[in-house]
Amino acid sequence: MTKFVKSNEAVVMGALYAGCDLYFGYPITPASEIAHGAAKWFPMLGRTFVQAECETASVNMMFGAAGAGKLCMTATSGPGFSLMQEGISYLAGAELPAVIVDVNRAGPGLGNVYPEQSDYTPAVKGGGHGNYQTFTLAPASAQEMCDFTIKAFQMAAKWRTPAVVFADGLQGQMMEAVELPDAELPRPDFSEWAAQGEPATRRNLVKSIFLDAAAQEVFNEHLQRKYEDMAADAMAETYLAADAELIIVAFGIASRVARTTAETLRRKGLKVGVFRPITLNPFPRERLAAAAKGRKIMTIELDAGQFADDVRLNLAKAGLGAEAANVMMIHRMGGQVVTVDDAVKAAKMILGK
Amino acid sequence: MKTIEQKGMYQKFPRSGKDTRVTHYCAGCGHGIVNKLVAECCAEMGLQDQTIFVDPVGCGVFTYYYWDAAHISAAHGRASAAATGVSRARPDAVTIAYQGDGDLGAIGFNNAFQAASRGEKFGCIFINNSLYGMTGGQMAPTTLEGEKTTTTPFGRDPALTGHPLHVCEVFNQLQAPVYIARVSVADTKRIMQCKQAIKRLFEIQRDHKGYALLEILAPCPTNFRMDPLKAAEFCKNEMEAEFPLGTFRDVDKGVTPEAIGAQHQASAALEVKSVPQVASCAELFGVSDGVDAPPAEDDPSVPERRFKFAGYGGQGILSLGICVAEAARLEKRHTLWFPSYGPEQRGGSASCSVVVSGTPIGSPTVEHPDVLVCMNQPSYERFVGDVKKGGIVIVDASVPITKQPPEGVKLYQVPAIQMAEDFGVPKAANTMMLAALRAFKATGLDDAHLETALCASFKKKPQLVEKNRDLLHRAEAALLNN
Repeated sequence: MTKFVKSNEAVVMGALYAGCDLYFGYPITPASEIAHGAAKWFPMLGRTFVQAECETASVNMMFGAAGAGKLCMTATSGPGFSLMQEGISYLAGAELPAVIVDVNRAGPGLGNVYPEQSDYTPAVKGGGHGNYQTFTLAPASAQEMCDFTIKAFQMAAKWRTPAVVFADGLQGQMMEAVELPDAELPRPDFSEWAAQGEPATRRNLVKSIFLDAAAQEVFNEHLQRKYEDMAADAMAETYLAADAELIIVAFGIASRVARTTAETLRRKGLKVGVFRPITLNPFPRERLAAAAKGRKIMTIELDAGQFADDVRLNLAKAGLGAEAANVMMIHRMGGQVVTVDDAVKAAKMILGK
Repeated sequence: MKTIEQKGMYQKFPRSGKDTRVTHYCAGCGHGIVNKLVAECCAEMGLQDQTIFVDPVGCGVFTYYYWDAAHISAAHGRASAAATGVSRARPDAVTIAYQGDGDLGAIGFNNAFQAASRGEKFGCIFINNSLYGMTGGQMAPTTLEGEKTTTTPFGRDPALTGHPLHVCEVFNQLQAPVYIARVSVADTKRIMQCKQAIKRLFEIQRDHKGYALLEILAPCPTNFRMDPLKAAEFCKNEMEAEFPLGTFRDVDKGVTPEAIGAQHQASAALEVKSVPQVASCAELFGVSDGVDAPPAEDDPSVPERRFKFAGYGGQGILSLGICVAEAARLEKRHTLWFPSYGPEQRGGSASCSVVVSGTPIGSPTVEHPDVLVCMNQPSYERFVGDVKKGGIVIVDASVPITKQPPEGVKLYQVPAIQMAEDFGVPKAANTMMLAALRAFKATGLDDAHLETALCASFKKKPQLVEKNRDLLHRAEAALLNN
């Protein structure tokens, strides 16, 4: 079944197919259509929609629902995402699966409702307190807003972690065709650890507190091992990259600008390809290293360079110090999107053409 | 030593890290008494298997050491939000939030208040000991006037810090709660009354009746800097003088504030519709959208075409764009539609972009449109210079041509707004523009597909379908004749 829908609506469709039973959220532009869709469709399927009084409440309602063993989600944008960080830390600390969709708007502060990728650090590195990370996916189309929401639930359940679907205001608003899944996913069984109000789960305790320093350290070591193991689920894609002299590295909506830029430059005979991380955490480091080794590298991003820094870090960690040192960036902020014209100019400059 | 079994509690507290039966509470602390009563009620009513306790941050944080039931340990202030999640996720369970006066009265007040206002189905036990116990005896919203705490070393001064917060009285202004009461554990008689109230709280949750709040006045000898007996006296005399005991509301027992009953009458004017139920996602999303286009197929021979539609909000610019996009989908093209949005949605100019391609679409933004359709002067002036060589501009005839399109761009002036008015349907100016797009072969799409898409756009107003089809044909004929 193919539907022509706003990407934000595709998120709700994906969530319903993934078996999400509860939606908690506070409206915010440009993520509100997710709440609108959830308010209508969750109850029609006998599932639960709650309009929370604030994002702090949304994330803590998720803490309760996830702790009670159900799949749940919220969606928000920058300011609301900031408010949720404490709660996401608690979710990670109690190892609870939950999905948070961040439709990034421009900031800091109130900013505006146009697209940025400036929530990169909190969305990818864990924006709250303590030694935690999230599983973070970056969709670039309405189809992926649906598919990656489903994937986010699967990863959240598999790794017992909060998962972030990291989108932006442009994709949230755009309409594209979405091929819906054939079948709904079965509900995962969390009775081993969840507080479900049943005899079998009576002794279960959901908590993030470890009063004893040694126990807290053991738990943190366990978390770090888990994050290392998550690397097995890293995802990326390349486009025209095999013989490229210049690799454009970009994620989310910027990866589509990168794609058109590469196509445009190829038509001019310039060897340009694209590397697109699909999971930002775990970062597909090895695949980036393989694609970027010995090449010139340029990022396209809608932030101040947080992503480029992460690319440099990952290249350096993969042993590609020289490539890391030479990463160039073209970026826009404030809700402006990098144009193909500008990206083409920048790439030509780097290639000396 | 003889071991006395304590109903509802673990017989030892290994979760505390010590294999003992000693709680962490100070001698004479109200929490210790309440913990025992809660455990007894839960066990005596046979509810341990189905109860989920939501524990706070504060002195009550460790109830999971003691109560033999499932626990979720929430963030500071958020037990009521978490309990909302728990009770919504597990409506058959008995959900009990346990909160102190920093947790509920200060940082989490709104979460507790809003949960009460929504009538969430959980019971909230609120321990009021007039200060922050765990963090070292600081002022709470419930601190009495003149009471010394570590952050009111000269006594609480209402001129600077306000007056004690009466949680029950505030919550009693809400319509949804079914039970609100204040009790105390300052002496034996009060402890017996407290147990009855806790039992009532559990009953209401067992029967899934609705939201219940039980405030319990509790002594804190350590931070009162008093021995347990004096602390209990302080609780009974000073605290009760400020916070009178009583049942404010017990709807099933006929205790309802008069004002609440009246409010309920007054707000019953608008109707709540029942939610139509569907069995599956496939049923929910299987409904025809009137277009029922197939999935896109790659066809590299089809060049990409980019459109920009612009005008005033309300001129149907966004739906005109969707129409073209849907027609492209009928031809199995990759298609993308993107609106300008935000404040522009609410009056002023509106615009949208459409990209149609035989191959997957890269950049979603339309910097250089092949086709520009403008319904007002500001958008014409803003976008006309961007149109690609060989492109087409269609502009409403009311717009003065203050700026010429770039060389090699064809300009059509179409009296769309005037024609719509002449046809007696001023709102159909966008349909006139669609007629122009067809007449000038501007879209590269099949005329029949554009018509199907136009009809589908009126799916929710079927009476307008034939009207607009007719307008489309008449407008096209008029344009072709000129």
